[in-house]
Amino acid sequence: MRTPLTLRLLQSTPPAGWIALAVFALLAWVLVPIAHLAIPDGNPLHLSSYFVTLSGKILCYAVVAVAMDLIWGYAGILSLGHGVFFALGGYAFGMYLMRQIGLDGSYHSPLPDFMVFLDWKEMPWFWWNSDSFIWTLFLVVAVPAVLAWVFGFFAFRSRIKGVYFSIITQALTFATMLLFFRNETGFGGNNGFTDFKRILGHDITSPTTRLVLFGLSALLLISTLLLGRYLVTSKFGRVLTSIRDAESRVMFLGYNPLHYKLTVWTLSAVLCALAGALYVPQVGIINPSEMSPAQSIEIAIWVAVGGRGTLIGPVFGAAAVNLAKSWFTVSFPEYWLFFLGFIFIAVTLWLPDGLVGVWRRIRERREAALAQGAAA
Amino acid sequence: MMRDPKIAETIEAIVERHSFVDPLGPAGLSEPKAGEPEARPSSDAARPVGIERPFVEGVPDLAKNVILYLDDITVSFDGFRALNRLTLAVDVGELRCIIGPNGAGKTTMMDVITGKTRPDSGTAFFGTTLDLTRMSEPQIAHAGIGRKFQKPTIFEHHTVFENLELAMKTDKRVRRSLFASLDSAEKDRIAATLERIRLSGSATREAGLLSHGQKQWLEIGMLLMQEPRLLLLDEPVAGMTDEETERTAELFVSLAGEHSLVVVEHDMAFVKALGGKVTVLHEGSVLAEGDLETVQADPRVIEVYLGR
Repeated sequence: MRTPLTLRLLQSTPPAGWIALAVFALLAWVLVPIAHLAIPDGNPLHLSSYFVTLSGKILCYAVVAVAMDLIWGYAGILSLGHGVFFALGGYAFGMYLMRQIGLDGSYHSPLPDFMVFLDWKEMPWFWWNSDSFIWTLFLVVAVPAVLAWVFGFFAFRSRIKGVYFSIITQALTFATMLLFFRNETGFGGNNGFTDFKRILGHDITSPTTRLVLFGLSALLLISTLLLGRYLVTSKFGRVLTSIRDAESRVMFLGYNPLHYKLTVWTLSAVLCALAGALYVPQVGIINPSEMSPAQSIEIAIWVAVGGRGTLIGPVFGAAAVNLAKSWFTVSFPEYWLFFLGFIFIAVTLWLPDGLVGVWRRIRERREAALAQGAAA
Repeated sequence: MMRDPKIAETIEAIVERHSFVDPLGPAGLSEPKAGEPEARPSSDAARPVGIERPFVEGVPDLAKNVILYLDDITVSFDGFRALNRLTLAVDVGELRCIIGPNGAGKTTMMDVITGKTRPDSGTAFFGTTLDLTRMSEPQIAHAGIGRKFQKPTIFEHHTVFENLELAMKTDKRVRRSLFASLDSAEKDRIAATLERIRLSGSATREAGLLSHGQKQWLEIGMLLMQEPRLLLLDEPVAGMTDEETERTAELFVSLAGEHSLVVVEHDMAFVKALGGKVTVLHEGSVLAEGDLETVQADPRVIEVYLGR
């Protein structure tokens, strides 16, 4: 008898996972709002808006890390250009936020400030309908999906693999960054989009808006984890890891790896874009530096630190590296990149399975000790 | 009315040709799919593809009783001719052994058959209708050619059961894999194969933990799950114990007839145990062909194996 799909969705995540997700949801949707809104400033339990924004940002990064892990950890495709999908999602949503400024910009014009500055009289064609929220959501998904699909189709069809693929993805994000740096491209040049005022008519800096965005980021992360869990426990996921381990065997069994890679690659890009779209209103700015090659390499480091080939690892990796980053860039700004390089080397040399590997080792040792104790 | 005797003769010839019965039987050849008109006349499978029997995409036509026909195939790598005008035919249900010294082109030949390498010239036909030189690896696998590599190639991070599940003949497109789950008939098939390759006790073990010989058997099991018409086996008993080798020979002999097998092997005792026709490759073309004793007595073969 075949297992029904809903049951398999439930079963794909073990009970402990459901409990952890429920606790996380309780934290994100109940406790954080209470601590931010109801507990007055000055009380040690009060959470500042800095904390809410920083956590919201990290949740978005965690989604990117999980998306990256789906292709790198499971399908064995290392992308060093995932920043481009994140940024495209951010830019697509940023266009909407720019239109929401309305006449409140410095020039009090219906056009975004940078267009007035460039002396443009009307918006370029791709800004069409950018004041529609629904259309924007469509763009957030469609633009990165199309780019990923077309890029992936040609790369995977030509059987470009390993380092070569990674280098091409670097080139992709670098070239897009250069394109977006130009003022003529129509996305605000090197300043990008900023000075957002409203989202769906609500004040973007109000505590409630912040909390809603934070809650949505948590929702996106939970959905990403559940979807990822379903995928990697399905036959689709087993084919992916098989492609990673022995691609020629997969082909000679009659699977076409192209379609499998393309599916997970495009899905990964869309997840990044959704994270980007939630990230931009929370940090209040999007500019081409999000597409810099270093940014994309950092994503790979989050995953490596957390532990490749597990879904929860990248979440912790993204959180750990970014918390370290916010502390470092305040305390020792000039040493951050050295530190980042150091942890990457350290993880590669001593922790090939990342934080998850450390946790596993500790647990095994404890179990072994327990077993020994029981024997004695 | 008078009948022209010549016409009568022609009709007789046609009738004879059409009533020719394939040793495999029509059941092994025509795959009735849902939606297709049910059960065609049973002699259909024996008719060559033509006006009367349309070509079915991806299904080999075996009416001529030849499953594999390599014609005049040449493959060169940087001027080195790995295959030099190789011509070879394998009958339906046959068990064929290919032997030859290192560099004779045995593996390249398998690469050509499975679509990994495109020949510079020549054709490779699967049945009478499928030109393998124009098909991709997954298409060739779907048409019914399974390949075992020289080095056991299995999915080390999956369990033995999952390895067989992935190999099982089914719709292998993304959409199906996303929602696929096993029904009891499929589970039974996996269990039967586990039994056959003597790995029932290791079903839930990670495949990477198996011994070398067990890995070889698992890969053979994966081929069987594919239900191929033709199996290509590259040194299947390398690294096996004598007992395992013996069992493998028994398994292959039992498969012949139901499947066609092409076995590349160095182990002469194993070739002898298989007992089929032997083809000797040398410098990319066929040097000799026949049963093992004839081939071993051939002075050219002795020259190639012992002369240098």
